[in-house]
Amino acid sequence: MVDLSVKIRDLDFKNPVMTASGTSGFAEELNDFYDVSKLGAVLLKGITPKNRDGNAYPRMAETASGMLNAVGLQNKGVDYFIQHIYPRIKDYDTHLIANVNGSTVEEYLEVTEKVNDLDRISAIELNISCPNVKEGGMSFGISCPSAEAVTREVRRVCSKTLIVKLSPNVTDITEIAKAVEGQGADSVSLVNTFLGMAIDAEKRIPLLSTITGGLSGPAIKPIALHMVWQVYHSVKIPIIGMGGIMNAADAIEFMLAGASAIQVGTAIFKDPFIPLQIIDGIKNYMERHRLNSVNEIVGNIAS
Amino acid sequence: MSFKEVQDFVVTENIPLNATNFLIQLVSSKPLPKFVPGQFVNVEIKNSNEIFLRRPFSVFDIDYTNNTISLIVKILGRGSKKLTEISEGESLSIIFPLGKGFTFPNPDERILLIGGGSGVAPMLYLAKESELNPDNVHLILGAKSVDDHINIENYRQFGNFYFTTEDGSLGEKGFVTQHSVFQNKLKTFDKIYACGPDAMMKAIAREAKKNNIFCEVSLENLMACGFGVCLCCIEPTVRGNLCVCTEGPVFNINDLKW
Repeated sequence: MVDLSVKIRDLDFKNPVMTASGTSGFAEELNDFYDVSKLGAVLLKGITPKNRDGNAYPRMAETASGMLNAVGLQNKGVDYFIQHIYPRIKDYDTHLIANVNGSTVEEYLEVTEKVNDLDRISAIELNISCPNVKEGGMSFGISCPSAEAVTREVRRVCSKTLIVKLSPNVTDITEIAKAVEGQGADSVSLVNTFLGMAIDAEKRIPLLSTITGGLSGPAIKPIALHMVWQVYHSVKIPIIGMGGIMNAADAIEFMLAGASAIQVGTAIFKDPFIPLQIIDGIKNYMERHRLNSVNEIVGNIAS
Repeated sequence: MSFKEVQDFVVTENIPLNATNFLIQLVSSKPLPKFVPGQFVNVEIKNSNEIFLRRPFSVFDIDYTNNTISLIVKILGRGSKKLTEISEGESLSIIFPLGKGFTFPNPDERILLIGGGSGVAPMLYLAKESELNPDNVHLILGAKSVDDHINIENYRQFGNFYFTTEDGSLGEKGFVTQHSVFQNKLKTFDKIYACGPDAMMKAIAREAKKNNIFCEVSLENLMACGFGVCLCCIEPTVRGNLCVCTEGPVFNINDLKW
């Protein structure tokens, strides 16, 4: 019997496979297909203080081995979440992690303080890497001083496990990772989407209403993998790796590069069962390689 | 909770209906759940490294005895093109059942169904499933030319058919909204249903609103997931931006900001 459990700060996860924020709704949408309690965790759709309509249509463009999105944090706000969504999902037997967003430090604090009071929210993923909002979002995650400032303030009001989600749109992601580790982050999750764009040559128009958007899917995997490996050698806190993971082999590559756990994102759009297939695939890999604990995979590559 | 599945079907038919439309029939190894006309499936595009996402299609027909789903696939781009190249006997992954279908008419109502291009698929299915007296079911089907129309002989028994073509090669020349039935008899209908290009549906919605007739349209916004997690296929409505995949694809025109 292989042991798939992983620990991040004082949280025990039944397995290292999580579903990424913005690709798994509020867990209910996946629960229409299967029992979400099989997942290590569900990262809930990003929450802001107030209702956000998000960006105008079109918000999505398919690209080679991936896609661009420009959703822009559409959600009904933290109060709606607490009153209407949380009561419906709180009994799912998996870790529910809130993805917290804001345009200002005060907004990040408002959402954090409110979700910090919810018993069944296990952790907070501080999203300082959304590329699709005009104010806040990624702007906090691309410089060390602002990443430090927002992490420091949120840490003060967050008693739960604090994960900071990093942007790949930086010169050196290890500097940002070290900066947020220094301010008390318990973990970093990486990477969010890469800024990109797509154009219809015949019509001479951008394919997204916002012109630019975030690239995800297998197209970004080698770059994301490299960033996880870099960060693994720069910080001591556990890493949650993501970026184009489509199958168990991809997930294991991220763990070998140094991720303690992984998130499946865009793959869910293609097949919502992929996270479960990855759990089985990791189990199979451990049996073939005679590994007792999934933690033995983490960072375990020859160098 | 609404139960949804991802399942491998086997392609039993892939027949060209005309230059751009194909009929693809798929069989399941299990009994199918009940589909409402207007609901859709999200279909994997196989054998392509380039095409990453599934493609959504309205259900054209279901045979609950033989567990088959039929789709009309119109070649619009690389994904649909690739899909029409699939061979009989190949397996194809389908996510289903997705979305909300049309509101069924009451037994004594007169309905007008308007389909443009591949939008005829859910209209023919609704005509068949409505179980109305065929005298009360009227369909206007529009296309560019006679070659773009599909053969509807098997559906004749379910209603009265009218055709338009932009070049006049079949039925009345012009758009569906220029057809004499639409122009002169619109007020005789209790419900109007439409599926097709946005411009067509908007023109229909304008007239339906003007005449205060119940009208539902099926939208075809670009989507990534089809089950409400990506938030890409949104449509602005009186209730805010809604996902076409879960809150639609069928909308009452009074909910839309058209």
